[in-house]
Amino acid sequence: MKKTRAETDFSHRRISRRAALLGGAQLLFIGGLAARMRFLQVDQADQFRLLAEENRINVRLIPPSRGEVFDRNGIRLAQNAPSYRIVIVREDAGDTDAVLEKLSRIIALDAETLERTKLELKRSPSFLPVTIAEDVSWDDISRVSVNAPALPGVTPEVGLSRVYPQGSDFAHVLGYVGPVSDYDLEKIDDPEPVLRIPRFQIGKVGVETKLEPMLRGRAGAKRVEVNAAGRVMREIDRREGTPGSDLQLTIDAKLQGYVQARLSEESASAVVIDCDTGDLVACASAPTFDPNLFVRGISVKDYKSLTENKYRPLASKTVQGLYPPGSTFKMMTAMAALEAGLIGPDETVYCPGHLTVSGRRFHCWKRAGHGWVDLQTSLKRSCDVYYYDLAIKIGIEKISAMAKRFGLGVRHDVPMSAVAQGIAPTMDWKATNYGQDWRVGDTVNVSIGQGFMLASPMQLAVMTARLATGRSVEPRLIKSIDGVETPGRGGEDLGMNENNLRKMRRAMNAVVNDRRGTAYGSRIIEDTMRMAGKTGTSQVRNITAAERRAGVIRNEDLPWERRDHALFVSFGPIEAPKYAAAVVVEHGGGGSKAAAPIARDIMLQALYGGIPPLDAYPAKDRERIDAQQEKLRDMQPQASFVGRDQA
Amino acid sequence: MSYLEYAVKSAPTGYRKIFYLNWPVAILLASVSGAGFLMLYSVAGGSFSPWAEPQIKRFVMGFFLMLGVAMVPIWFWRSLAGIAYLMTIALLVAVELFGTVGMGAQRWIDLGFMRLQPSELMKITLVMFLAAYYDWLPAKRTSHPFWVILPVIVIIIPTFLVLRQPDLGTSILLLAAGGGLMFLAGVHWAYFAAVIASAIGLVTAVFQSRGTPWQLIKDYQFRRIDTFLDPSSDPLGAGYHITQSKIALGSGGWTGRGFMQGTQSRLNFLPEKHTDFIFTTLAEEFGFLGGFSLLGLYALIIIFCVWSALMNKDRFSSLLILGIALNFFLFFAVNMSMVMGMAPVVGVPLPLVSYGGSAMLVLMLAFGLMQSAHVHRLR
Repeated sequence: MKKTRAETDFSHRRISRRAALLGGAQLLFIGGLAARMRFLQVDQADQFRLLAEENRINVRLIPPSRGEVFDRNGIRLAQNAPSYRIVIVREDAGDTDAVLEKLSRIIALDAETLERTKLELKRSPSFLPVTIAEDVSWDDISRVSVNAPALPGVTPEVGLSRVYPQGSDFAHVLGYVGPVSDYDLEKIDDPEPVLRIPRFQIGKVGVETKLEPMLRGRAGAKRVEVNAAGRVMREIDRREGTPGSDLQLTIDAKLQGYVQARLSEESASAVVIDCDTGDLVACASAPTFDPNLFVRGISVKDYKSLTENKYRPLASKTVQGLYPPGSTFKMMTAMAALEAGLIGPDETVYCPGHLTVSGRRFHCWKRAGHGWVDLQTSLKRSCDVYYYDLAIKIGIEKISAMAKRFGLGVRHDVPMSAVAQGIAPTMDWKATNYGQDWRVGDTVNVSIGQGFMLASPMQLAVMTARLATGRSVEPRLIKSIDGVETPGRGGEDLGMNENNLRKMRRAMNAVVNDRRGTAYGSRIIEDTMRMAGKTGTSQVRNITAAERRAGVIRNEDLPWERRDHALFVSFGPIEAPKYAAAVVVEHGGGGSKAAAPIARDIMLQALYGGIPPLDAYPAKDRERIDAQQEKLRDMQPQASFVGRDQA
Repeated sequence: MSYLEYAVKSAPTGYRKIFYLNWPVAILLASVSGAGFLMLYSVAGGSFSPWAEPQIKRFVMGFFLMLGVAMVPIWFWRSLAGIAYLMTIALLVAVELFGTVGMGAQRWIDLGFMRLQPSELMKITLVMFLAAYYDWLPAKRTSHPFWVILPVIVIIIPTFLVLRQPDLGTSILLLAAGGGLMFLAGVHWAYFAAVIASAIGLVTAVFQSRGTPWQLIKDYQFRRIDTFLDPSSDPLGAGYHITQSKIALGSGGWTGRGFMQGTQSRLNFLPEKHTDFIFTTLAEEFGFLGGFSLLGLYALIIIFCVWSALMNKDRFSSLLILGIALNFFLFFAVNMSMVMGMAPVVGVPLPLVSYGGSAMLVLMLAFGLMQSAHVHRLR
């Protein structure tokens, strides 16, 4: 097609016009791109740079090592032991199935573990280690290490786990740790990030949980550079954490071990307290359990056997268990009367075997009665009627106030779980809790430590220590933190008349060392080590008038849970009291028979700082005691490292 | 005036043609490609493999291809316009039938020594064919409805074929380049107004079709549009690309983090760091100054091309040069808009910088045609 010059010029002009237009539009758009670039890179640069840093920098926590716990002599009670696990890294292993197959021929792995591992391997990035087995024995670890060339990608790893070398001896005092649970996290308002580390252990019970903040320490952190897939490329910097504080308990592990063994399979508890400092040197509850089981996660079967045991091994009976103190409370009634000046010198009361108070008959434990008794005789032979008579004269308020001054019905500040307050009842207390008026009969019951009166073994030990010293001894469990001695509390004078206290101590001496005392059978004959004490037998049932007429059923004939509790409180040596002890044997029968012998053994063990010589015991007991000591020696754990086999 | 009327004697001949090339454009192309080599070296963690080395080889190949094409007179290429167009259409159909599926789309034909992406070639042959068409068509008839429908069909056929692959990005580029050429040729304003109006209608239809059996585009394309409109709605999913790309760009600041210091690309936070999103790496490592410089190089290429077209009195030549420049512009404009969060992620590479063989060769071929038109212009 032939084109004319005019037409060509026309079209060229038009193309040029439109080309200029379009070119201009393009340049405008390029200007727009430049503006956008400037906006992103210059105006918003700071914000995006921050986001880029957030992208690439990952903060990883370094868990702090938990503080260790020692006894008063430096014996390790809780430590962090290496715990071995076997991990596999997919990208190093190559054919993971084949490697796992080989591994299962070297160490025992059940089918469930293999399945779980395979599933986890499939789900996680190829460079992340997947745990195959935890808490692997040293033998297995060595076997894996030896076979390392045949097991690509499989490596043993070491972490720290809590171990209680003394095993069950400190289960109730120390408690135990366990992995943080969702339930734990819910309870804490603002959980520290370290708690979110899988398998991080925190205190669950006892000192471990009460002093958790001290023991845990502070987590360190390291900043690492990660790529988009989360693989760590390099560590940028790290800040080490602070390990938890080491604690020293006031407990003497050797004594504690002895007490635990002595209580053995009884449902019983014993507390030994230092009269000068208030240090709890032994605090044992039986039966007990191995806290190491809980650290690793207890099996359902083991847990069930613990919860279904009628002796309640999990309960910390020393502080949590509340019992009617029975006759061990008589010192309180007597002190209240003495301080009120209501007992004259040589004043006696006639005990016909019972006392009728506003139409109701209250019996003495001895049906025939004790005849004429004075203060010392009444305590020595544990006459009830004498105290009924005193109680009616002084009234409940004074008795209760006296009990509180001696540490009953008061919650002592001890870092153990479920420390009970107990009850030293008053009229107001009954009105609040029962909506009923106080009756004289209630006072009569309390006077011999029955009725509403409830105390824990630790409180009874504290009471005895205060009687022995006249000072307000406060129990102390933590001796030092990181080597710094914790200040003792209490110790000031109770403000009691020293003569009255002396009367009580003399009477308590008579209980054990007078031929007619209820605990004469459990006396110590070594002069410098003699102890004073008081038996208690507290009823857990009402004896009806009908039963009384038919003859009271003997304890041995009752089912276990309806038998009387056996109690004994003591201090020694009499001249310069060093230790006070309280022993409670649940449903053990009579205090003189079930509790006093235990108390004597414990007291001697404490005073001698080890196995006492046989000649501290009365001659006729020596043969039996010798056999018993032999037996107990075998029962106490010898090794200081229990719980994990090491080659 | 057509080339038949030129005083052919005034055109350079033989090896002397080499002195009459548009050297500024050639140098600019080499500079842009050089920036590309640098970035490919950087995203590979300071290594020529796997990307920088093949890219350099292809650029050298492409450069000689450009020179070779430039030596052949433009009127020869014009005579091939129709055949080239038809052959590319045939290739697109072949891809549809025998193509290799890659990245969720059927785009390549494996030729043994290289994988050819006919849709890339289509951008050039379409422009060539339309330029030849308007060169042949008397100017008076340009806006006649019949003579408007014909080029529209010429544009629609390849667009449709590419859309079926599916390659939304390239089909939009084809449509825009074809439309742009018609605009340059002088088609009446009213047509464009009508097309824009119906485009709005089409977009509405596409969105209306969502979730129905006759859905016009794929779900992932819908999602990309969604996340474009609101990238924060899905920062770890589909919006991840845009978010990470903006972080990389933004963290570059004025002068950047330095060569090979870009954390976003080095740590793999950037998707497709060697292809579609390579600009973000450049912007992260060289900052606003680096990004702006690259944009400047691109702008200069456009300016030199438009200048060359305006100087050229041959209608086919000017339209061809303008068409190629427009294509080139659309290429980088869409890519940059995309990585800067101004357009949906549609999968358009950055010309000469992104790693990719077909695109590089086809672009150099196109600039060869541009150079041929420049060398053989009427003086």
